[in-house]
Amino acid sequence: MCLGIPAKIVEEPNDNGMAEVEILGVRRHVSTHMVPDAKVGDFVLVHAGFALEIISEQFAAETLELFRQMEMPGTENLEPLELPELERPAHLS
Amino acid sequence: MSSADILKGFRDPEHAAALVTAIAEAATEPQTFMEVCGTHTMAIAKNGLRGVMPENIKLLSGPGCPVCVTGNADIDMAIELARQPHVILTTFGDMMKVPGSYSSLSREKADGHDVRVVYSPLDSLTLAEGNPEKHVIFLGVGFETTAPTVALTIREAARRGLTNWSALSLHKTVPEALRALTNDPDVKITGFILPGHVSTIIGSEPYRFLAEEYGVAGVITGFEPVDVLQGIWMLAKQRAEGRAEIEIAYTRAVMPEGNEIAVRAIEEVFEPSDAEWRGLGVIPGTGLAIRPEFSQYDALVRVPVTPPEPRAIKGCQCGDVLRGAVLPFDCKLFGRGCTPEHPIGPCMVSSEGSCAAYYRYTDYGRA
Ligand code: SF4
Repeated sequence: MCLGIPAKIVEEPNDNGMAEVEILGVRRHVSTHMVPDAKVGDFVLVHAGFALEIISEQFAAETLELFRQMEMPGTENLEPLELPELERPAHLS
Repeated sequence: MSSADILKGFRDPEHAAALVTAIAEAATEPQTFMEVCGTHTMAIAKNGLRGVMPENIKLLSGPGCPVCVTGNADIDMAIELARQPHVILTTFGDMMKVPGSYSSLSREKADGHDVRVVYSPLDSLTLAEGNPEKHVIFLGVGFETTAPTVALTIREAARRGLTNWSALSLHKTVPEALRALTNDPDVKITGFILPGHVSTIIGSEPYRFLAEEYGVAGVITGFEPVDVLQGIWMLAKQRAEGRAEIEIAYTRAVMPEGNEIAVRAIEEVFEPSDAEWRGLGVIPGTGLAIRPEFSQYDALVRVPVTPPEPRAIKGCQCGDVLRGAVLPFDCKLFGRGCTPEHPIGPCMVSSEGSCAAYYRYTDYGRA
C-alpha cells in the first residue's frame, strides 16, 4: 500500500502544481507539490495522485518490471521489459 | 524446492547466490530480523526467501500493512460515518473489505450507503465540489507515504474554500511502532528490514534511536528480491561486526534527509496523537491527528458520531501475526475457514497482509 508507481511527466505542471503524467499506459494528473523541480521527461514515483520523488529512468523500468512480476493490479498487460544487467556490488564479484 | 532451485528464478541468480552465501558466512550467531513493509512481506513470500536463509537467521513479518494494523474501533468509526445520510465516504480500495467489529465498508455500500473508492484524495475534493448538498469525507489510512498526500489535500481544500469536505485521519507513523516491537518480550528482534517508500518521505534519521538506544540494526531496502537479500546481508554483517547502525541500501529512492517538503506538510497539518495498532495496542505519538487550525477539515469535528463498542474477531490471530509472535500458519483458521476468497481477518483481506501473502505463495508449507 505504501508503494510509489513510476510515471513519466508528459506535460509541464500548471500554476497549481498539477502535471500530466503517463502511468502504466494511462494519462493522469498528479500533484508535483512534493517535487517542485520535476519537469517534462522526468520520471517520478507516484502515490495516491502525488509525485513523491524524482527517479532515474533505469530505476523506473526496473520497478515497473518488478510490479509486473508481483502481479500488481494494473500491470497485467505490461510487456516484460528488456533490462540492462544489474550492477554487481564490488564486494561480491 | 532446494535453495539452488529457488535462486534460479531470480533475475540475476548468480548475484542472489553470492548474497545467500555471504549471508550464511556472516550469520555466525542466531538473529531475528523483521520486515515492516507489506511489499517486503510479499517479496519474501513470493520468492521463497525464507527457504534460502541459513539456520541462524529467522525472518519475521511485522506490522507493515496499514490496512491490517487499523484497529476495529477505527474501522467502526469509518463505518458509522458512512451510515450518515448526508455523507459520501471516499476511501482507497484496500479498505473496502476490511472487517470491523460488525460490518465492512463494502457491506455498508451494498446496504445502500454512499461509499466510493477513489484513486487520490484529490478526487474526493472534486466529488465534494460536485455534491454541494452532501458532506464528503476522505478516509485517510496509511503510513508516512500517504500522510503527506492527505496533508496537501487538506491544504488544497482550504485553498479552494470547500465547506463540505473533511478527512478522517487514521494515519500512523512507523518509527515509534518499531520501538514498541523492540520492547516486546515475546519477540527478540535484532534487526529491521526497513520500508522503502515510507523512508523516501522520512529518510533514515527517525530510525536512529533503534541503533543507538537499543543496539538494533536497520537497513532501508528496496523491493527486488536481490534488494531484500542485500538488506539481509547488510544486517547480518552489522551483527557479525558488532555494529548497530541504520543503513540505506535503497539509494535509488531514499535520501538520508527524506523529502523535506513532504515532512513539513505532515507537520503543518497534523500533530502526533495516540493511535491503536491491531496487535500492538495503543502506541503514544504514532497517530496523526488533524491540528485545531484545520479542524473544519476534521471529520471527527464536522460529523460527530458514536460507533458501538468494538469487539474482537473470534479466532483471528491477526494481531499476534502483526507483531511477529506467531506465523500465519499457526492460526487455526488459516486456510480452513479463512482464505483470500473468504477472509476472516484483515491480514487475509489485504493483498499485502501476511496471511494473504503466505497463503498465496507458500502452498501451506512452512517456509
Ligand atoms: S488466517 Fe485469517 S483468521 Fe487467522 S490470523 Fe490470519 S486473517 Fe486472522
